[in-house]
Amino acid sequence: MSDVADRVKKIVVEHLGVEADKVTDNANFIDDLGADSLDTVELVMAFEEEFNVEIPDDAAETIVTVGDAIKFLEKNAA
Amino acid sequence: MFDLSGRKALVTGATGGIGGAIARALHAQGATVTLSGTRRAALDELAASLGERVHVVEANLSDKDSVEALVPAAESAMEGLDILVNNAGVTKDNLFMRMKDDEWDTVLAVNLTAAFRLSRAAVKTMIRRRYGRIVNIGSVVGSTGNPGQGNYAASKAGLIGMTKALAAEVASRNITVNCVAPGFIESPMTDVLNEKQREGILGTIPMGRLGQGGEIASSVVYLASTEAGYVTGHTLHVNGGMAMF
Repeated sequence: MSDVADRVKKIVVEHLGVEADKVTDNANFIDDLGADSLDTVELVMAFEEEFNVEIPDDAAETIVTVGDAIKFLEKNAA
Repeated sequence: MFDLSGRKALVTGATGGIGGAIARALHAQGATVTLSGTRRAALDELAASLGERVHVVEANLSDKDSVEALVPAAESAMEGLDILVNNAGVTKDNLFMRMKDDEWDTVLAVNLTAAFRLSRAAVKTMIRRRYGRIVNIGSVVGSTGNPGQGNYAASKAGLIGMTKALAAEVASRNITVNCVAPGFIESPMTDVLNEKQREGILGTIPMGRLGQGGEIASSVVYLASTEAGYVTGHTLHVNGGMAMF
């Protein structure tokens, strides 16, 4: 598992208070991890802070699973 | 009750009659306060009279960049932000048919758009800490309307709607958003009324007098307190009975 994936999963576990083994690449934040729409915005903010990147709204909308977040951040994080 | 020790508050329009009273009241309850306004000398004077736990950040709320810099500046000065009071407001009264676009635009920009931008920035930081109090200062005319104040009434009614929408969005994060709607309060804004206007107004107020800034401030203190944690999306009318909802 990449370093980015570790950091993403840690944020998701901490923020949503879910078991680490539920946070798989395919896990959908809303459908599988019980996030509400405000949680998804907060997660994006947390990713931005952790990885020191700006995630524009149109990109944020495409981040619906843990894997989406990892992929985006691997590509865009410094 | 209503102890605000350790809380960090930003008050816009702090040099005004009502804003100054709000800043004093929050400070008296123990809060650290950032005073914001356009008149540096008046801000410094108020800050000096309060003593400790006070910061000053100048801001012109009709200017987007100035608005967007305000919350980060207050947050960094106080190392946090728990309470935002959107108090700043301007009037540019004119009969509707004569109202100029810039009179409309300025009033909406300062009274409503700035409150939107400041609340957006504040919520981002409050949501992380799972605590926040936003108090918007509306006006009775936002609910009743008033001839010659189409722009002002629209901006204040807009604040009430915005208050309710935001309150619903962030309630689950322990952030409350409420509105205090003053009636006629002794302030520079009402000092411009002539004797006849003043008499006419007093005739509509069951209490038979104008309100004091402190009477608005104490309502703000309540809504900014931990004790008011279950009150959100509300508009508290403080108007001597001139309009009852």
